[in-house]
Amino acid sequence: MALRRMPAPIRLRELIRTIRTARTQAEEREMIQKECAAIRSSFREEDNTYRCRNVAKLLYMHMLGYPAHFGQLECLKLIASQKFTDKRIGYLGAMLLLDERQDVHLLMTNCIKNDLNHSTQYVQGLALCTLGCMGSSEMCRDLAGEVEKLLKTSNSYLRKKAALCAVHVIRKVPELMEMFLPATKNLLSEKNHGVLHTSVVLLTEMCERSPDMLAHFRKLVPQLVRILKNLIMSGYSPEHDVSGISDPFLQVRILRLLRILGKGDDDSSEAMNDILAQVATNTETSKNVGNAILYETVLTIMDIKSESGLRVLAINILGRFLLNNDKNIRYVALTSLLKTVQTDHNAVQRHRSTIVDCLKDLDVSIKRRAMELSFALVNGNNIRGMMKELLYFLDSCDPEFKADCASGVFLAAEKYAPSKRWHIDTIMRVLTTAGSYVRDDSVPNLIQLITNSVEMHAYTVQRLYKALLDDISQQPLVQVASWCIGEYGDLLVSGQCEEEEPIQVTEDEVLDVLEGLLVSNLSTPVTRGYALTAIMKLSTRFTSVNRIKKVVSIYGSSIDVELQQRAVEYNALFKKYDHMRPALLERMPIMEKTASNGPTEIVQTNGEAEPSVVEAKHPPPVTQPTNQANDLLDLLGGNDVVPVIQTTVPTKPASAGGELLDLLGDLSLSGGPAPAPATSVPSSQPAFLLDGLTSPPLFNDIAAAGIPPMTAYNKNGLKIDFTFERANPNPNIAVITIHASNSTEADMTDFVFQAAVPKTFQLQLLSPSSNVVPALNQGTVTQVIRVLNPQKQQLRMRIKLTYTHKGSAVQDLAEVNNFPPQSWQ
Amino acid sequence: MQFMLLFSRQGKLRLQKWYVPLSDKEKKKITRELVQTVLARKPKMCSFLEWRDLKIVYKRYASLYFCCAIEDQDNELITLEIIHRYVELLDKYFGSVCELDIIFNFEKAYFILDEFLLGGEAQETSKKNVLKAIEQADLLQEVRYTPNHSHV
Repeated sequence: MALRRMPAPIRLRELIRTIRTARTQAEEREMIQKECAAIRSSFREEDNTYRCRNVAKLLYMHMLGYPAHFGQLECLKLIASQKFTDKRIGYLGAMLLLDERQDVHLLMTNCIKNDLNHSTQYVQGLALCTLGCMGSSEMCRDLAGEVEKLLKTSNSYLRKKAALCAVHVIRKVPELMEMFLPATKNLLSEKNHGVLHTSVVLLTEMCERSPDMLAHFRKLVPQLVRILKNLIMSGYSPEHDVSGISDPFLQVRILRLLRILGKGDDDSSEAMNDILAQVATNTETSKNVGNAILYETVLTIMDIKSESGLRVLAINILGRFLLNNDKNIRYVALTSLLKTVQTDHNAVQRHRSTIVDCLKDLDVSIKRRAMELSFALVNGNNIRGMMKELLYFLDSCDPEFKADCASGVFLAAEKYAPSKRWHIDTIMRVLTTAGSYVRDDSVPNLIQLITNSVEMHAYTVQRLYKALLDDISQQPLVQVASWCIGEYGDLLVSGQCEEEEPIQVTEDEVLDVLEGLLVSNLSTPVTRGYALTAIMKLSTRFTSVNRIKKVVSIYGSSIDVELQQRAVEYNALFKKYDHMRPALLERMPIMEKTASNGPTEIVQTNGEAEPSVVEAKHPPPVTQPTNQANDLLDLLGGNDVVPVIQTTVPTKPASAGGELLDLLGDLSLSGGPAPAPATSVPSSQPAFLLDGLTSPPLFNDIAAAGIPPMTAYNKNGLKIDFTFERANPNPNIAVITIHASNSTEADMTDFVFQAAVPKTFQLQLLSPSSNVVPALNQGTVTQVIRVLNPQKQQLRMRIKLTYTHKGSAVQDLAEVNNFPPQSWQ
Repeated sequence: MQFMLLFSRQGKLRLQKWYVPLSDKEKKKITRELVQTVLARKPKMCSFLEWRDLKIVYKRYASLYFCCAIEDQDNELITLEIIHRYVELLDKYFGSVCELDIIFNFEKAYFILDEFLLGGEAQETSKKNVLKAIEQADLLQEVRYTPNHSHV
């Protein structure tokens, strides 16, 4: 086959020009493919003359996004060539096309080794650059020795490159760091700025990686300080000048190294104190370059053990940065302040108004930082002013901020609210302006807050009602409002509001609104659940019971399973358990919040998480005498007993109402009627009261040392001890933990502990740790009882224990009267 | 510095220098996303943005965006100076550099960058020294050609 000499491949610039004339992507692709084919043929011919040109063209096409892997080996051939032009393009190609994950790159190693020892420094430079840019760990291992040699050369052109190459080697193969240590000896004595700069980078890398190196290099602090001083004090040096500042790059790197060396070390920090103050006060701030140095200085001052005067100076620099016209400067200021706000809180507070102004900045990153910083600065003194600004921000900010901002507002309000009214108003503001962005867990939190502000109930429900009239699209707002209307609807229609002009609204109007939520397309299923339950609750608060009955029965055939179930159960309440309805739908008690930022405790009590009537479990408030069926309480006797109502025992129905009864527990006292939950909480199904709770709750037991434990019961091998704590912050709540232990040789299974207290108390029983009390005292079952005792009466309790032991059911009742006085005083 | 990208206002890549090992696919993905993000920025916004776990520093010079990805402990403001220094070097070398110079002489742009930065750090802080080194290296080229100005 005759070898036809191909025409000379077109020049690089020719190709570029041609490709740029392509009018469509398809046209460009065609040109590229044609040229690639030509290049491939040329490669196949092993043409040395034009290899360089072809690879260069390939690199151009690669940058446009086309595949160029077939040129990889050609790059290696170029590197191996003797021609400098070839090497230059070859190394460039290697850096662009070769991947350290492919073995082919290792073929470079030998070439690089040779070139590191080349007679021409520019060839050595190419090799160092390539190695320092993309050398793999294997290559670094092989060539570290050569790099180390070059680190000791007197040729500053090579020395500076070797230093950075060493940095790369250390990053790839940290174990090799030691071998570069000797070569670092005189690095800082160099006059050449390039070497100085790269040496400082190398030293920084080593100190960051090894505490031993760090300790070793601390002695360099005086030298570094001197170099920095010379840079500042020396006159104009044209070679390194940037806007009147001498070698800012070097200054910044030295400051960074000083930061690392001074951190946690008193002596070093002291040695650099003066120079830092000098840089901080003397650096020209009119241009970015000066501010870059100041920025680095501030970072260093904040990180080392600097004296307070210096720290204040640093914060003030940041404060000035905040006022700078250059938004980049403002941005770094906010970032730095965010880092220091915890440690230097008071100093940062002084710049609060400037920070708040940054909320109005156009730049998204600046706004975000300003928001974070603002929340960090909120305290009891500035809450009103800050909240005004933050709420304004919430109104106008981009959606991406709203959720975080709303959460921040809630948290801050909770911590620092100056009054309950203010707190409720703030919540209202957030719900109405950013209601759809509020996090789901806020709803139960807010409900809990509202229940606790007893005197604000009328005001709250009125405001929420008015908000609903305006807008029913924001689900969190709608949910909280529904819940409140269901709970406090009676206050709403009776026009009892003190805080503002009470509105005139009829029961029918309220029910219209709630029914409107049920049918609206805007309402989510969860919201519908809230609305239905609210309507149901109003049956004991409103007189228009028939209307409510009708609504409830309609939803008994709803497609939404959740709604259907609720409706059916509420229906059952109307029909078969009407006598229990008032008790079940009574006012909620005050809910204790245990952890200040945990929503865990409260979720259950609003009842919406549960398909069935959760209200069943709530003890009524002290002031509500209602129709009670007989129950455990009955047996306590004494003068605070509620009159017994004779009712027949309802048999356990098989219908939906059956679940209702199950909730109330198997308190089948011999011959007694089925109980309603009065002040006691039958606890055989404690889950319903407290689903969603993590048990046990966390209490700050301030009186842990104070109240002595007691034995409440000790019979037939079952011993029940009570230990006490006080719940913070409400001292009216005593927290009793029962510890049940079993000294017999057989386990007690299906263990259920129940308790009742006199009427003036409220009691809550949390989930037990288990219902098996292991034999031979091998373990205890614990359960927590919370007793609210606002009248501080003497605590008495009746307990009922049921369990299975050795195959037979055991049941016992007992009175507990020996409570230590500290537990109820 | 982890990488530097130069791209036009239309999102066309003019230079890419990677200081971290990534596959071609990953590089393309990062480039695409970052270019999109930066081009979406309004003129009034600051030169810094957080992207993934990196800090991005970018600045526009005429029709070209210079975009660097730096690490958490790196100084953003000095990075702006680094970018500026590189532009000055290109300007001195090409004589009033424009985007077309970089398109037609991309390999030179790389050579200059590689004399200024190594492994993502500045190796030479003197403008004069960088240019001198490039000049000398150019003289070594067996095939010598001056930067091409006839773009048309």
